[in-house]
This record gives sequence, C-alpha cells and structure tokens, in this order.
Amino acid sequence: MKPHDGDSVFAHIPHVPEVPLYAMLVAFSKDPTPLKLNLGIGVYRTEDGKPFLLNVVRRVERLLVNDMSTFKEHLPTTGMAEFNRLSAKLILGADSPAIKENRVTTVQCLSGSGSLRIGAEFLAKHYHHHTVYMSQPTYANHPNFFNAAGLAIKTYRYYDPGTCGLDFQGMLEDLSSAPSGAIVLLQACAHNPTGVDPTLPQWQQIRQLMRSKGLFPFFDSAYQGFVSGNLDEDAQSIRLFVADGGECIIAQSYSKIMGLYGERVGALSIVCKTAEVASCVESQLKLVIRPMYNNPPIHGASIVAAILKDRDMCNEWSIEVKAMSDRLISMRRQLFDALRDKGTPGDWSHIIRHVGMFTFSGLNPKQVAFMNQEYHIYMSSDGRINMAGLGPQTVPHLADAIHAAVTIGV
Amino acid sequence: MNMEYLPMGGSVKMVEETLKLAYGETSEFLKDKRIATVQSLSGTGACRLFADFQKRFRPDSQIYIPVPTWANHHNIWRDAQVPQRTYHYYHPETKGLDFAGLIDDIKNAPSGSFFLLHACAHNPTGVDPSEEQWKDISYQIKGKGHFAFFDMAYQGFASGDPEKDAKAIRIFLEDGHLIGISQSYAKNMGLYGQRVGCLSLLCEDEKQAVAVKSQLQQLARPMYSNPPVHGPLIVSTILGDPDLKNLWLREVKEMADRIIGMRTALRENLEKLGSPLSWEHMTNQIGMFCYSGMTPEQVDRLTNEFHIYLTRNGRISMAGVTTGNVAYLANAIHEVTKSA
Repeated sequence: MKPHDGDSVFAHIPHVPEVPLYAMLVAFSKDPTPLKLNLGIGVYRTEDGKPFLLNVVRRVERLLVNDMSTFKEHLPTTGMAEFNRLSAKLILGADSPAIKENRVTTVQCLSGSGSLRIGAEFLAKHYHHHTVYMSQPTYANHPNFFNAAGLAIKTYRYYDPGTCGLDFQGMLEDLSSAPSGAIVLLQACAHNPTGVDPTLPQWQQIRQLMRSKGLFPFFDSAYQGFVSGNLDEDAQSIRLFVADGGECIIAQSYSKIMGLYGERVGALSIVCKTAEVASCVESQLKLVIRPMYNNPPIHGASIVAAILKDRDMCNEWSIEVKAMSDRLISMRRQLFDALRDKGTPGDWSHIIRHVGMFTFSGLNPKQVAFMNQEYHIYMSSDGRINMAGLGPQTVPHLADAIHAAVTIGV
Repeated sequence: MNMEYLPMGGSVKMVEETLKLAYGETSEFLKDKRIATVQSLSGTGACRLFADFQKRFRPDSQIYIPVPTWANHHNIWRDAQVPQRTYHYYHPETKGLDFAGLIDDIKNAPSGSFFLLHACAHNPTGVDPSEEQWKDISYQIKGKGHFAFFDMAYQGFASGDPEKDAKAIRIFLEDGHLIGISQSYAKNMGLYGQRVGCLSLLCEDEKQAVAVKSQLQQLARPMYSNPPVHGPLIVSTILGDPDLKNLWLREVKEMADRIIGMRTALRENLEKLGSPLSWEHMTNQIGMFCYSGMTPEQVDRLTNEFHIYLTRNGRISMAGVTTGNVAYLANAIHEVTKSA
C-alpha cells in the first residue's frame, strides 16, 4: 500500500466540542453511584426510569412485521400520503375548514427537527423576510435549523425569572416592535425549556397582534397531548390562528407523543390562503427535500398512519398519551409537596403551574453544580428539569438535593 | 425493541459493518480508526452531507461531475452551493466510456479539484471503466492532487459480488488516496424507503477522523438531529450474523444475475430479429441501467405505440425487464430502430 502524499485536504479541521447536554449524559452513564438522577434528558421515561415503548406501537409493529403485502420501496418525496393527511387532521382538527378547502399542504419530514429545517429552507427561498424571532429562552437546537437555512435570528422576551412565569408584556412589546413580515417561532404547547405556556386568552392577543403586524407564525408542536392529556385541547393555540383564515407553518413531531424518537417521524404543514397556492407550495417543498435526502424514511410513518386511521388504536393511543401526561403532572405534585413538607425556603408553586415535560426550576448554575456533586443529580445548568426523569421513589432524593442547595446558600 | 434516539453519528454497529463492505473486511484503516463515518439518509443524504462539508471546509473548491450522471447529483451540490464543472464520461458513438476525454479532463482540472466518481454500475449509462482504466484514473487523479469522492449505490448489485464491485475503491486505497465514499442500502438490500446509508472519509490518522466526524455530525444536526433507527437495525442484524449475511450475499447475486440475464436475453432477441444495429453495449454495460442509444423520438414511439415507458435519454431500467416481457420489448425496440 502506497503511503499518501501530502496532507489531507481536511487536515485543518478543528474538532467540535460535544454539546454540553450530551457530555452531561455521558457523565451520567459513567457515574457508578446507585442513587443518581438523570433530569437532563429530553425524552419521556416510566417511573422506573426506563424508555417507554407504547403498547399500541408494539401492537402495530407486530402487525406490520406480519403483513407480507408490504414492501420497502421509496416513498414519494412528500412522504406517505395517508400519514400526511392524518397528521394534518391531528393538529388542525378533523373538521378544519382549511383542510376541507384543500388549503393545507403537508409533507412528511424527519421528526420535528427535519420539519423545522425544511420549513426554514422553504422560507429562506420563497418568503420575503429573512428574520426569525424566537422566545428567550427556547429549545437549544432551534437557532441551528434557521441559521443553517441562512435566516437571521432575533429573540422576543418570554420567561420572567421573577415570577417563574410568562413575561407577557415583554413578549407583546417585542413582537410589536418586530418589523412587519418577520417570521415568529412559537411553541404550540409545553414550552421547552421553561414549561411556561400562554393561556388561551393570551394566545388570542398574540394572534391579534401578529396578524395586525403581518408577522408570520411558525409553530413547533412536539408535545401535543402532553399538557392536558387531551390532543385537541393542546392544539388550541394553532387552531386559533388557523381559524382566522390566515397562513402559518407547523412542524409536528411524533418523537415524544408516540414514543417514536429514533424513527424520526414528523410532518411539516403549510396552511395557505388558497388551494392553488397550497399546490404550488407542495411542488416547491419537493425541490427542497430532494437534494437533501430524496424521500423520508417509511417505517415510523407506517406506524403512525396505522394508529391514526384505526379508531380503536387511536383511542388506545390517546389513553396512553393521557397516562404519560398524568404521570408528569403527578411528579410535579409530588415534588412540590415534598419541598413544601421539608419547608424548603422559596416559592415552588411554579413546579405545579408549569406544564409538559419540563420545568425551569429556578435553580442557578452554582446550585445545579452543587446538586450534581453532592447528590449526583444531572440536569442542564439553566435549571431545566425533565419531570419524566422522576419516579415516586426518587422524588425524595431530588427534594433533599434542592433543599440542601437552597439552604446551604450556594 | 427500542426506539430511542440513535447518537448523531448513527448506529455504531451498522456503520462498522458498512465500512467493512467498502474498505475490506480486514482493512487496516478500520483497525487504525482512520475513517470518519456517519450514518446517512441513504446515498442522497451521504452525498448532501459531503457537499455541505466540502462547502464549509473547502469553500474555494468545485466538484467535477460526469456527463451524464444521476440528475439529483446536480441538485445536491447546487443546494450546497458548491460550483460544478463536468467531465467527459459517456461516449455516444461507442456507447462506452470516453476514456481519453475523461483523462484529459482530469489532467486539465486545476490541482486539488474534487471529482465525483461512480464506484460501479454507473447511473444512468451502465458504463464502468475496466480495472486497467481505473488504475489509470487513480494515477492521474493522484498526480493532480485531486480529491476522489465515490458514490457507491450498487455494491453487489453490479457483478453480483460486493468485493468485485468495490474494486475501484480498493485500487484508490491501494494507491494511497484519502477518499470519501457514499454508500447506500437502497438497492442492494432493497431497503429503499428506509433511507439507510453511510458517509465515510478516510483521514490521515485517528485524531483527524475524530475531528472530521464531529464536523459531519455538526452538519447533520440542523438537518434532522439524528438518523432513523429502523433500517440500520435490519442492516446490522443481517451483516452481523454469518448465516444471514450469506443469505444476503446469495440474494444480491440473484438480483444481479437476473439483471444480467435480462441484458443477455434482450440483446439476443434483438439480434434474432435481425436488427441492423449493434447491441453489444447492452451486455457490456453493467448494473440496473442501460443506455440504449435510442433517440428521444424513438423513445416517444415506444411509449405512444407500444406503451413502453422509459426516460427520453434512452435509459432502460433493466429491472423492469422480465422473461414475460423481454420478447415484446425487443420487438418494439426493433420496430422503432430498424430503419435507423
């Protein structure tokens, strides 16, 4: 074998440091302490801390495996038609006028991430305004999708650390001063990382303001059903916007709500003014997708479609979603009660006011580091806790840790 | 059964087995951990990741693409904003390789250019360089310090033997190139819709491979965060089990043999019909596609008069030919070409 002459053309490439959250997860897995807690993950866990494969998904997998009539041929670039149709119905409602009027174009994408990126690329190519406003804070990966598409990022105020709630005034002010036509990224429900959602009246105000300023709504829906346990209820924010006849983009993920994480199943829907526009939009979306990966993976979409189109399975699924949502609420309650019973200084009511999988605990980085060191609690330094990482047996340990961190005056 | 997220770089097991296929079961590069690899969304996704990577780290470079090539190649590098140039490849007169033109273009390209090569079973022409020609191509590319990027979508599917189909790549590795490879399981494992593939870059050493891999992940992250789990599970289960792997090798050979059989049958049928043209290229070409040499007008007649559907560049997908329709097809082709 001849040695290669000269340097590699990529010899100058620096190593990318690991994303802090992932590095933390590695540290957790290497920690030999029996009593350790992983509250930094972004996935749902059972009360034993195990991954949760939904029963209805397991059922469907068996059916799919035994169905000898299926093949693994390429899907169309826009994905599985039935999946797309059912996903639009799920998020917009079965009786949505926008769907009836053929004004919605839906394409299957690689989970929420892929939907966000395809949506961003589409806007970068075809929308006249190239700035996206996102909440401060927001899901860590949000800026990356839009940056990659060449869009500029700005933020709007969202979380008020003083109240551990929504800085509604700040949000309205910042959206008011956004230039007309700017894109605004909104989390449909169960805000990641704060756990703070606007109320429905607040959503109405947001909608009115945005429509009056011609701001373009881009919804990220990754947790439908995880707030109230009811799929329709958790889609209300989006449906308010669609009901006024205006346009919007929606990125849907089935990662958490159907436990399909690694299958990468999601959908991007664009609600347009007319059916003609929707049809053109679909044709243009194909041009974005084709040079990226040609067509989306079939397996996860098959599972989703099988569940959503069958009344019994859909029912079974919604019961399992409610169970997950109930468990999160129960953990919030138990943690709050534990802190109250210990007399931990401070107001911890935000734990039960916050919704969805996450809560911004209000703990500062020093306290988080202390809890990691002394109690082997792993969580992100911004104080975000994944309630799904808790179980009834581990709540006391977390309560002890928080109590110690707060009282020792770290 | 586990549907948890894969790491950003994908399924470790799948990637390991996939590299063995391309680089060789006992490749030193694998032992020395010099290959930066990430699971990709089939071959398309691998090419796109590489194109984005090329844009980011060699922003002044351009990609040389053969004429003709798979149409999406142009779209991929265009969307990655890498300027494209073309190199001679298909020779319409011989319906074979324009070897002289190809070598000329390699020599004339500015040093350090990037060349896209089809490792085997060229799409759309079915024309592959011979082993001797590959050795020459490797030598010329090395002489100009060009970067060779292989798109290998048909390993096993071309000759029926994955080792044989990787010959071009092995020649380049032997000659000391630091290459890049896009691999796909769409055709050779029939996993089309699962989108399973792999992008690999051979680096100088392990340290560089780690750095390059981290950058590839950085490009994948804002595209889809992490790749799908299902397809790779199928691949790693098959390739990780000797019995299943043998079964797969047999099935790949069957697929390849059926295609080769259809090429032979179609050619023989045409010759029996007394076609005035030479159909040698039909059996010289390899893989799924045959560049028949028919004109767009002749193709239109095939469609309108005989209900035979193919692309207007005359490319026949041999997979669509069966023992049940080969005679009909030969007859139709003869009808539209006999007075050519």
